[in-house]
Amino acid sequence: MKKHVLLFLVLTLILTAVVPLAGCGSGVVINVFNWGEYMDESLIDEFEKQTGIKVNYKTYATNEELLAKMEAGGSSFDVVFPSDYAISEMIKRDMLLEIDFSNIPNFKYIDEKLKNPEYDPENKFSVPYFWGTIGILYNTDMVDDPVDSWDILWNPKYKGQILMKKDVRDSLGAALKKLGYSMNSTNDNELAEAKALLLEQLPLVNGYYGDEIRDFIANGDAAMALTYSGDAMDLYWEGFENISYGVPKEGTNVWYDSMVIPASSKYKKEAEMFINFMLDPDVAFRNSEAMGYTSPNTEAIKRMREEYPEVFELPAYWPDEEIIEKSDVYVDLGEYKAKYNDILTQILVD
Amino acid sequence: MQRRGRGRIAYPYVVWMAIFIVVPLFLILFYSLTEGDIHNIKDLKFSLNSYNRVLEPIYLKVIGNSFLLAGISTLICLIIGYPVAMIIANTDIKYRNLLLMFFLVPIWMNFLLRTYAWMSLLSPNGLVNRFLLWIGLPKLEIMPGKGAVLLGMVYNFLPFMVLPIYTVLSKIDKHVIEASNDLGGNSVTTFMRVILPLSIPGIVSGITMVFLPAVSTFVISGLLGGGKTPLIGDLIEQQFLSSRNWHFGSSLSIILMIMILISMAVMSRIDSSPEEERRKI
Repeated sequence: MKKHVLLFLVLTLILTAVVPLAGCGSGVVINVFNWGEYMDESLIDEFEKQTGIKVNYKTYATNEELLAKMEAGGSSFDVVFPSDYAISEMIKRDMLLEIDFSNIPNFKYIDEKLKNPEYDPENKFSVPYFWGTIGILYNTDMVDDPVDSWDILWNPKYKGQILMKKDVRDSLGAALKKLGYSMNSTNDNELAEAKALLLEQLPLVNGYYGDEIRDFIANGDAAMALTYSGDAMDLYWEGFENISYGVPKEGTNVWYDSMVIPASSKYKKEAEMFINFMLDPDVAFRNSEAMGYTSPNTEAIKRMREEYPEVFELPAYWPDEEIIEKSDVYVDLGEYKAKYNDILTQILVD
Repeated sequence: MQRRGRGRIAYPYVVWMAIFIVVPLFLILFYSLTEGDIHNIKDLKFSLNSYNRVLEPIYLKVIGNSFLLAGISTLICLIIGYPVAMIIANTDIKYRNLLLMFFLVPIWMNFLLRTYAWMSLLSPNGLVNRFLLWIGLPKLEIMPGKGAVLLGMVYNFLPFMVLPIYTVLSKIDKHVIEASNDLGGNSVTTFMRVILPLSIPGIVSGITMVFLPAVSTFVISGLLGGGKTPLIGDLIEQQFLSSRNWHFGSSLSIILMIMILISMAVMSRIDSSPEEERRKI
């Protein structure tokens, strides 16, 4: 613990010392803070050349890490890429600046269905970047049943071959959805039922992991795992032919990662220029092509359909419309966040 | 005069300590004793709620697990580490440094990297199991589990047991051992009555240096234990990152610190008692 605080203090000190200095140069420097391996970084060079604005690009691993860093203060970010529920929490707590959409003409390319989402109902703060689902990543050599329902994660046939996600929203969410409840449930009875279901599943589960899941599945260490569609797309582009991804018919979580401007931003206009640049049809296409995630940009999707028609057969890239209708977008749980976390701790300690 | 001069050299360190150790410690204490929105100091109220929460059975179980696993891994480190330290200390001085190097080189590598390496060795389809299958033996199903967590801890912390014991052993005056032999003590008696008592300070600092990081470790259990044996370190990390409940995280840290302080006090008592005996002689 001491280490954490120390590290955080040292970082704060360094950041406060370095950031203003960095801004002193001739041009403006914007701080872009994104998920790891989530942007074709050659696009950044292009943006710098086009606009003369320098980009200081850094990465994080979880929404919680991003929130913790924004909360800690002392550093200013200009564009960050939180997911749905994190955005609704940021809006609630006044951590974001309203975007001036007249500076973002390319917003017109965003799919109409993805505008005014639940987490930002009037679409004042966020611009979608990529979207995807949560589902079951599996090894076709090891699984011979159809993977189209959450039930398979509870199938005793695969004892010791199942990996769960060490993220309470995802794991508990899968159980809630299997029971037919919302992944955003704040009903204590429903949560207790879901918890019992995960406890019942525990003997079948090999382990609860984070980002290691992708490598375990690729390596054949386990037959199936609860994970993000992004992991499936990664392995698909890398050429793993025996790895597949199923989206449960009961519905799942649909996630959106969006670009937002934190309240601490000093260069709002430049940040908006960056967001607009990322929405350029050609840039969005190349980014989606390089990263493999589904773009919310209609023009980019058009070009993807022309050049990679095969990915539209993959549920990881293009899930069924019907399933999406039955799915939930995470919302901020507020007070229930602690309850969810406790449930995971209780399951794992038992 | 000279003393005071030397004391002045320590000032930068004192200032450093004050800013980066004492102030954060008080911050943790402050957060652990309050509740409310951490961003709004006016909203914070004195409360012992987070300490009450630490006493809930599941958290006590996590703390118990942490101390148990740390204790077992310290014991294993001692059992493996002591003979190793003796071997190194008794080696010819020419090769001694080389042997020590072998022990130190792994510490130069990042701790996380070493743990990931174990993960790919021990995983169900990992190198160890592929080798076992190849020579026709059954698979080793150690990961994920407490066994793998223990292995990871012992591997990572063993050098911290070997080094202090080695230092003490290599400083033992050879004449003392010769004297014991001259007086008719065989090798067992010499070890039990001369070498072991003289090496107790090394054992004590070895135990402390292994036990402390082991009890508060947090990555090993997540990676090698499949998250199924959360330790207090994992719980604290979770409170500060995913739950973002600084109050509960702080009180867990304070409790951990108090328990570590108690174990250190116990250890230093053991350390000082033989010293007194020796003085009596």
